[in-house]
Amino acid sequence: MDKQKKEPLIHITKRKAISKTHEWGIRLGSILIALIVCAFITTITTHLNPISVYGAMWEGSFGSPRKMWALLKELSILLMVSVALAPAFKMKFWNLGGGGQVMAGVLATATCMITLDDKLPNAALILVSLIAALAAGALWAFIPAFCKAKWNTNETLFTLMMNYVATQIVAYYIIIWENPKGSGKIGIINPNTNAGWLPVIAEKQYLLPVLVSIVVTIFMYIYLKYSKHGYELSVVGESQNTARYVGINVGKVIIRTLVLCGLICGLTGWLLVAGTDHTMTTTIEAGRGFLGVMVAWLAHFNPIGMILSGLLMVFMSRGGSEISTAFGLNNSFGDILTGVILFFVIGSEFFINYKVHFRKAHGKEAA
Amino acid sequence: MKKRLIALLVCLVMVMMPMLAACGGGGGGEDAAPADEGGAAMKVGLITLHDENSTYDKNFLDSFQASCDKLGVEGIIMKNVPEGQECYDAAGELVDKGCTLIFSDSFGHQGFMLQAAKDNPDVQFVSCTGDSALVAGVDNFHNAFASIYEGRYLAGVAAGMKLKELQDAGKLKGDAPKMGYVGAFTYAEVVSGYTSFYLGAKSIVPDVTMDVTFTGSWYDETAEKEGANKLIQGGADLISQHADSMGAPTACKEAGIPDVSYNGSTMEACPDSYIISSRINWSPFYEYAITAVQNGEAFDTNWTGTLDTGSVELTELNENVAAEGTAAKLEEVEAGLKDGSIHVFDTSTFTVEGKTLDSYKADVEADENYEHETEVISDGYFHESEYRSAPYFDLQIDGINLLDTKF
Repeated sequence: MDKQKKEPLIHITKRKAISKTHEWGIRLGSILIALIVCAFITTITTHLNPISVYGAMWEGSFGSPRKMWALLKELSILLMVSVALAPAFKMKFWNLGGGGQVMAGVLATATCMITLDDKLPNAALILVSLIAALAAGALWAFIPAFCKAKWNTNETLFTLMMNYVATQIVAYYIIIWENPKGSGKIGIINPNTNAGWLPVIAEKQYLLPVLVSIVVTIFMYIYLKYSKHGYELSVVGESQNTARYVGINVGKVIIRTLVLCGLICGLTGWLLVAGTDHTMTTTIEAGRGFLGVMVAWLAHFNPIGMILSGLLMVFMSRGGSEISTAFGLNNSFGDILTGVILFFVIGSEFFINYKVHFRKAHGKEAA
Repeated sequence: MKKRLIALLVCLVMVMMPMLAACGGGGGGEDAAPADEGGAAMKVGLITLHDENSTYDKNFLDSFQASCDKLGVEGIIMKNVPEGQECYDAAGELVDKGCTLIFSDSFGHQGFMLQAAKDNPDVQFVSCTGDSALVAGVDNFHNAFASIYEGRYLAGVAAGMKLKELQDAGKLKGDAPKMGYVGAFTYAEVVSGYTSFYLGAKSIVPDVTMDVTFTGSWYDETAEKEGANKLIQGGADLISQHADSMGAPTACKEAGIPDVSYNGSTMEACPDSYIISSRINWSPFYEYAITAVQNGEAFDTNWTGTLDTGSVELTELNENVAAEGTAAKLEEVEAGLKDGSIHVFDTSTFTVEGKTLDSYKADVEADENYEHETEVISDGYFHESEYRSAPYFDLQIDGINLLDTKF
């Protein structure tokens, strides 16, 4: 225990291993501290009772069957994007283009629904739009992946730029198909015939996206954990040289993984247009491509864990807007609380990976 | 170390709990009060695209709260609702909360409000500024707007008076008076607005011309300011705008050019350039609709507020900048508009490609065909906002020069 006199007040060491209970203890502790800090902020700035504010957040997410379904729908869509991004990030391919890949799927679906509505029977139209959305999403991911594999281009910038390209193409087609003319909106597609709309299962409008996202999440869990592909991409992520040494075709793995990512994003776009929103706007993707990165990262790219981290994000956003409705506050207040809680949750990862040592006072025994 | 941290945490929690509970006691009492009253009161919902930081939404929010308070109903507001499925979900939540009448403030909410109306036949839905209720054929789905072109015409009269004053004093930049107009998009709503403003000014100074530039956004302070500066450099003696930021008023203030604002007075910020502004007051409509639902009566599928209903207003006139006699002239013209002796789009006051119009078919029925199906010129004037509350005047008249277009 006795060390030199100039021992720093705090020093940090990397943890070797940490038990699951300890890990979760730190996480839950950080959320608890975050809630306490938020309580102070709430009381000081708004003079509201923090408990009733938290109650409203809970109410906003779980308060009624309709809210639960809305929460599940939001979670499903976010989860799909997060799950799609996971393999790329595990491979250390920084795919910031999830949003653009979703938009490609959105555009393909809307195109089919608008141009083929009276030319195909409904089942065929849905099938064609699905194939188109998958292909468009895959293409949007393939382009940067190919350039990375072939010429080692910077995927961060490339995928990021592809987002803007996709959004601008969508904006262009919105003007072509706007309804009514001059409104800059295409409104709900096929509102009377419902052509191309996905069927409603068991009278629950959002059940289909929820089911699809469960299937996709389980598939990705198995793909990453038990398949040869999943193993190969984690080797590429650890070290491309090692991967080459053991005979993995790095370029092929990159392209294959990104196409998979694009397929899932395209599927998400398809669900958004044909399944839930039935329209196309430039903001339909709503930043999920970026939010999904955080969801995936918080869960350490474990698809099952993403259900939890995704739930946290959706809960915060729905709860935040409920606060503004219930207490007449600006939505920014919900954002402040979300920011504080995320700060602590992300900060807790530091304490899971590193141990902080305080200098022991002289003459006292360590506890 | 571990134990110490945990112990610290537990202490913190234990210290905090009574504090929270104490706050809870005070806050709880306040919360409980309105809930008790609300038990019997009718509930009304409002869905807005942005929040009070946007002048457009603020205009809806303020009148809504005032109308609810006045009629003793409980207003529930959902802000920052995007123009997508979120709007449908928000409408559904308002229904769950017990609202029997729900308004939305943005054009793009329309389709989702219609969908919600179909799924909740016992609740009345109003898409303000929307245009499809006429053809939708859904009993509980409504549209509302106001004949703001009358307000803009009056604002144009005030602008004309100012130009006349400048002309008489020989202070015009060019030979003939010239105005500049910063618009958001080249939509019928904006076209109708700048044309009525121009015709108002032209009724005072017949030789006036006007340049129009568009920003491509409802709220873009930089673009609006740049647009106004471009117009001022192009020789404009006076500026007006149809966009939601302070961009154009600020440019006028800096350049010392008189300005006719929109949606609210900018007198405080620009005391030496602001003349007047026109705005829609939504309170008469809210009160009309809420009262109708309270009494279990049906109300208009397509409601148009006018000068008479108090829906179209002029904000305070800045006597320091406005020309002498403006207030009296405005009263006179307003009376003329009200009694029908003056029509804003009187076909004898404007030409299109050099010709006076005696017939024009407008796209009134907002369906997928974009057909211009309804004859809107009769009795010597263009009947704006009569067949449908949302504007449909989309003619490019002589004397107005579009520098660009943005869709």
